[in-house]
Amino acid sequence: MESLSNRKKVVSNKKMSFMESLYLPAIFGGMWITFKHLFRKHNTTKYPEVQREFAPVYRGQHVLKRDEQGRENCTACGLCAVACPAEAITMTSAERKKGEEGLYREEKYAETYEINMLRCIFCGLCEEACPKEAIFLTDRIVPTYFEREDFVYGKDKLVEDMNDRIDISKRQLTGKRPVR
Amino acid sequence: MIFKLILIGVLFVITLGIAAYLTWFERKVAAWLQDRVGPDRAGPWGLLQPLADGGKMFFKEDFIPANADRWLFILGPGIAMFTAFLTGAVIPWGPDFTFFGEKVSLQVSNANIGVLFAMGIASIGVYGILIGGWASNNKFSLFGAIRASSQMISYELAMGVSIITIVMMSGSLNLRDIVDQQAGFWENGWFTWNFFKQPICFLVFLVCALAECNRAPFDLAECESELIGGYHTEFGAMKLGFYLFAEYINMFISCAIISTVFFGGYHFPFESYCSETVFAILGPLVLLGKTVFFIFVFMWIRWTLPRFRYDQLMHLGWKKLIPISIVNLLITGVVIAWTSGWFEGKKPETETSKEKTEVSRELTMNSNKHQ
Repeated sequence: MESLSNRKKVVSNKKMSFMESLYLPAIFGGMWITFKHLFRKHNTTKYPEVQREFAPVYRGQHVLKRDEQGRENCTACGLCAVACPAEAITMTSAERKKGEEGLYREEKYAETYEINMLRCIFCGLCEEACPKEAIFLTDRIVPTYFEREDFVYGKDKLVEDMNDRIDISKRQLTGKRPVR
Repeated sequence: MIFKLILIGVLFVITLGIAAYLTWFERKVAAWLQDRVGPDRAGPWGLLQPLADGGKMFFKEDFIPANADRWLFILGPGIAMFTAFLTGAVIPWGPDFTFFGEKVSLQVSNANIGVLFAMGIASIGVYGILIGGWASNNKFSLFGAIRASSQMISYELAMGVSIITIVMMSGSLNLRDIVDQQAGFWENGWFTWNFFKQPICFLVFLVCALAECNRAPFDLAECESELIGGYHTEFGAMKLGFYLFAEYINMFISCAIISTVFFGGYHFPFESYCSETVFAILGPLVLLGKTVFFIFVFMWIRWTLPRFRYDQLMHLGWKKLIPISIVNLLITGVVIAWTSGWFEGKKPETETSKEKTEVSRELTMNSNKHQ
């Protein structure tokens, strides 16, 4: 069959010449290559001191957004949990009571909202599924813990603090949905 | 006597220290060859890494598998470590010098069978691996041990033949004699170092030394990918540490032997301009420098070449290296006979050689009669 990529090569089993069968030229050639690498600049980023720059679309630890008035966007519709291929998201919903209008944007809200960071594969499908612009992935890294339970993030860790808002504008501008 | 004891102690400590820092050096060389940094967290440039590793090894649980042969399991690493240390005894680490009117030799034992001793101890070294692999009662360990022993046996032959070539040229099994014949670097229109006289012999010896040390590309005894560690799969804590340590000591010693036998040991060019004291100080340092260079070459080879397949290993050992070294031996023998005038009928006949030829003639005649 005609090769489409034009990179097809026929395997050659030709007998080695005397010089080739000595292996020594090949060995010295290889050693010369590795020797040249001795003087190359290393590619290591010394992590705690130097941090690599993240891409604008980096998918790290999630955030549950609030709107401008500090109300939680999430309405506990469960679409993120359904979309999640790793089954990492669970939640329970509750009805907003009178006097809580400043806390939750709509009548229904997530009483608990948990993401198991050990299950999460950081695919970003929850963010894509969310109709309320409530959950976003950010450029923060999930730290390590010694206990498995510590990786289950509740609302205390996920919902953003109004005094320390998380900027997700970079992810909004990646062409998925327009800024409203 | 006291000086010998001090020398043994110093040698012990230096060998241990060098072996410890070789683990650091190996990781650094590997990193450099792969465009990485290597260990750099413990101390400046990671120089305290061996201490951290040693501390870790000592404080881990000293585990013995339930089905293992308990005593052999303990004995294995011990033998490996012990034999690794032994060979250093015959290596001349420096020239003789007078110290407060007393003649001092930087060699623990000036054995006149030094080369033989080194070869013998090197082959005993396989017992540590074999016993450890057997005692683990694990198929992978046994595989590793068997591979190690057959590999060592095959490569010892070529190694022995290539070193016989050197022994024939120098006419002595004594390592100090071999070293002192290489003094001066340039004599009679050619280099004095054995490397320049016997490059093929050196190549065979180097390959065999790599195989004897179980270093890549001959690390079939422990190959991580197939045998999950080979003979030391079941070992942990400082027992594993002993095996790894023994490997590095072996590497140090065999590099020292290579630089002693082929690269003039503690001799260096223009040494005749030095006074005795300066030579006594510079000599061991020069030997150390040569040794470290060869250690670097060993590591360089390890991080360049892929591992041999087992049949390729045997093929190389038996069908290539042994014939090459034997042919080299024969050619050397002919050349030695030529230069000493045997072909011109000037056979130097001493009393003993005359007797020997007569005895052998009688023996052959007797055997002919029997037939």
